[in-house]
Amino acid sequence: MKWLLVFVLVTSTTLGDVARSRGMKKHGEVREFHPGAIRRALWSLARNKWVILSTGAMAISFFTFVRLLSIAPLSFAVPVSAATLIPETILARLFLGENVDWRRWAGAGLIAAGVVLISR
Amino acid sequence: MPATSCTIRDSARLSAKTRLFTAIVVVSNVTGNSALTHGMKQLGDIGNSPLALIGALFHPWVALGVALLILWTLTHMALLSWADLSYVLPVTAIGYVLTALSGEFLLGETITMEHWAGILLITAGVTLVGVTRPATTMEQTPS
Repeated sequence: MKWLLVFVLVTSTTLGDVARSRGMKKHGEVREFHPGAIRRALWSLARNKWVILSTGAMAISFFTFVRLLSIAPLSFAVPVSAATLIPETILARLFLGENVDWRRWAGAGLIAAGVVLISR
Repeated sequence: MPATSCTIRDSARLSAKTRLFTAIVVVSNVTGNSALTHGMKQLGDIGNSPLALIGALFHPWVALGVALLILWTLTHMALLSWADLSYVLPVTAIGYVLTALSGEFLLGETITMEHWAGILLITAGVTLVGVTRPATTMEQTPS
C-alpha cells in the first residue's frame, strides 16, 4: 500500500508540474496583476487543456500525500516526494525543450541528496 | 531606443520578477503547509468522509493553510508562465530547508550534523541552479 501511494504521488506530481508548465508557457508571460487582469487570466486558464490536466493531477497528488502521511512518517513522505526532481528535470529537457545545463543537473542531484539527509 | 538596451532591460526586469515570485511561492508553501498540518493535528482523526473534510475547512488554522496554498498555486502558475520548470523546481526546494529549520527552532531541538549536511547540500544545489538564466525557452526580444 505504501509503495503504491508513493508511485501515485510521484506520477501525479510529475504530470501536474509538467502539464502546468506547458499550459502556462502556452498562455504566455503573466504581465499584469490588477484584479481585472487576474480575472481575465483565470478565465482563459480555466479553458486551457494543459492547465485543467495539471489541476486534476495536483489534486490527486495533494490527497495522495495526505493519505501517505496517515500511514507513514513525515521523514519518509518528504524525501520520496522530492524524488520528482529527477523525472521532472528529464521531462523538462525532453518534453518542454528547456536548456538544462550541467548546473541544473548537478543542482537537482545535490538537492535530492540533501533532502534525504534532512529527512532522517 | 537601441535594441540591445531593450533586451538587457527586459532580462533584468524578468530576473527581478522571478526573484519576487520565487520568494512568494516558497513562503506561501512553507507557511501554508505548516498551518494546514497544525490545524489537522488539532482536529485529530476525522476519517475519510467528504463531509468531515468540508467541515475541517472551517477550522481557522486549516482555513489559513488552504488560503495560503491557493496563493501558492496562483503564484506558482504565474512564475511558470515565464520561468523554466527545471529552474523553478530546484530553486523552490529551499522550502525544505526553511521547513526543517523552523521546525527545529520552534521546538528548540538541536540540529544534528546530518541535518546540517543536508541543509548545506540543498543550499549549494539551489545556488547552482539560481545563477542560471530563468527562462531558456522564451523568444528573445527581437534585436
